[in-house]
Amino acid sequence: MSEKLSIVLFSGTVDKLMAASIIASGAAAMQKEVTIFATFYGLFALRKGDWKQNRRVSKDFEDYGAQFLQVLEAKKAPNWLETLQSAMDIGNVKVKACGLTMDLLSIKLEDLEPIVSEIVGVAHFIEEASDGQIIFL
Amino acid sequence: MEELKITKESDARGSFCPGPLMEMIRLVRSANVGDVVAVISGDEGSKKDIPAWINKARYELIGMEDVASGGTRIICRKNH
Repeated sequence: MSEKLSIVLFSGTVDKLMAASIIASGAAAMQKEVTIFATFYGLFALRKGDWKQNRRVSKDFEDYGAQFLQVLEAKKAPNWLETLQSAMDIGNVKVKACGLTMDLLSIKLEDLEPIVSEIVGVAHFIEEASDGQIIFL
Repeated sequence: MEELKITKESDARGSFCPGPLMEMIRLVRSANVGDVVAVISGDEGSKKDIPAWINKARYELIGMEDVASGGTRIICRKNH
């Protein structure tokens, strides 16, 4: 059985989304079974097409925000969604949506980016994440 | 390393972590068993990252060499 890495993607800011997708890529490359549980603002960011206008940076790091976004653009760094897609191409990465957030936003699976495979509840996530590492972002 | 025949090489300079590693994984996947492939990376971290992956995936790291125009060529044999 392969090792697991689970990421609770709670934030919807570009910096945290990048961190999540890069960690997921590394873990996928190192043959871990990766599950991203997108909840709250993490799920907001996964609504279809939202990534195109998302320029949010975490409040804690807002002093760096403008500079961060500027270098990403200047150096043509791939956006977090592309990074996540290539992680899925090379390894075992699943993105699951939090049922509660879906209900609160009144959205359906087809309203999300196609990388999201299913809607699950927290107990399912906890069960799936058991005996692996969990990262909260 | 001159006598070594590299079947496929990809220049991933200008690509950010984990881009060069992803490129190596794609190259190895598309190669035939026995092929030697190489990625040129300008990302310092690749020198640790790509060998770590090669080791994990149990392929063979043939070597790493500096490229005159900048970056490092990381060479891998798909041995299984």
